[in-house]
Amino acid sequence: MSTELKKTPLNGVHRELGGKMVDFGGWDMPVQYKAGVIEEHMATRTRAGLFDVSHMGEIWVEGPDAIAFVNRLTTNDVTKLADGQAHYSCFTNHDGGVVDDLLVYRFGPERLLLVVNAATTEKDWAWIRSHHSEHDDLALRNASADYCQIAIQGPRALEILKKLTETDLTGIKYYWFTEGEVDGVPAIISRTGYTGEDGFEVYAAPDKAVQLWNAMMHAGSDDGILPCGLAARNTLRLEAAMSLYGHELGDDIAPLEAGLGWITKLGKEAEFIGKDKLAAMKEAGLKRKLAGFEMTEPGIARDGFDVYINGEKAGVVTSGSPAPFLKKNIGLAFLPAEFANPGQEIKVDIRGKQVAAVVVPTPFYKREK
Amino acid sequence: MSNIPENLRYSKDHEWVSVEGDVATIGITDYAQSSLGDVVYVDFPRAGDKFATHEAFGSVESVKAVSEIFTPVGGEVVEVNEGLNDAPESVNNDPYGDGWMVKVKMDNPGEADAMMSSAEYEEYLSSNG
Repeated sequence: MSTELKKTPLNGVHRELGGKMVDFGGWDMPVQYKAGVIEEHMATRTRAGLFDVSHMGEIWVEGPDAIAFVNRLTTNDVTKLADGQAHYSCFTNHDGGVVDDLLVYRFGPERLLLVVNAATTEKDWAWIRSHHSEHDDLALRNASADYCQIAIQGPRALEILKKLTETDLTGIKYYWFTEGEVDGVPAIISRTGYTGEDGFEVYAAPDKAVQLWNAMMHAGSDDGILPCGLAARNTLRLEAAMSLYGHELGDDIAPLEAGLGWITKLGKEAEFIGKDKLAAMKEAGLKRKLAGFEMTEPGIARDGFDVYINGEKAGVVTSGSPAPFLKKNIGLAFLPAEFANPGQEIKVDIRGKQVAAVVVPTPFYKREK
Repeated sequence: MSNIPENLRYSKDHEWVSVEGDVATIGITDYAQSSLGDVVYVDFPRAGDKFATHEAFGSVESVKAVSEIFTPVGGEVVEVNEGLNDAPESVNNDPYGDGWMVKVKMDNPGEADAMMSSAEYEEYLSSNG
């Protein structure tokens, strides 16, 4: 049955915890648990939050040409990665639009792991295979079903996870990873996340997911760890101004427009798909840019609402929400480049009412280190 | 399980009404607040505004969603719950008490009687919820 929702190995756990389940890109996922999105969000900002992200896709690229191949498909410079290091990147199409955003993990000179979005895993898999020529000496493997992924995020995440592993977690720097054990389970331990907090993402065999989840919940109980659903994941990433595919990123949006110039390495040696278009776009100057804004009058901007500047429609809100930690109503919108600077006054059309907002610097939230 | 007090009348849009004389106090039900999640903002009409039956008179917003609120009874708004500006979470914590939204002087007090009883609303929830 093609209409049946996919389930992660933690589906039963979510239901036991009172998770409110929704269809998220074909996956049956908890949007929130009993505590509610605000409590979950605050737990992650001030203590720790636990997230099931097992729906994410994992694709192995292995062989002598692995690095050259991924470098041809993605915007960041894979040759700069060391063993045990990861980076954020994008697959771009021939127009310079974003096929998906992803993490690239380098396990060895001939071994890379690509972690992609859940809803786009099949699209990415087809895209990657379509660019695999007979001259590329490598093997591709869609291993999405071979992993569960659990993210533990927040200022207490390190101390909590320490209780469950002999791996020196402090020694893992941000955007580095190692292979070790968590609660006796072989795992990839990655110091990454999608919340703007310190924390880890743990990959392991799916049949160990429930054990790992329960071990982390138990280890974090004194610290007030809370299970967190997709709603909190979204508000956390929005406060940190991290892009969400299908919102700030898409097939017709260039990474440069979305503020991802820092992972678009036009100067790298390798040609990558869409590089010429992106270089030309940069040369000509960007027409639109992603801008962060906060509401200055009561009202909440939501995804898809129109933005007006000087009485004319100037853009669209890509993500808009109350920000539970900042206690403001914030959003991201594509605006003409000349209007995308902090201080610019804009209006958001909220159900027919023009409500004032102002462009502000991003990220909205930055943790203290 | 939703809390559905017996002394109130209910609409299909999940509003409740409490009647005193020709004035109806209106809020959203426990089921509605639970479906919405954490309420962060309530957009009200002003006292003096007039609404026909089943007209959208405001909206209640949670972190995740927006829900319009409809007047289950027509009439003139005589009071709004200003307390929700500072404590919108009252809609979650006390939907039938501190979470009330507006008071309406009804054009036709009979309208409230025609709304669902608690038993009917419970039945409605179990078949549509």
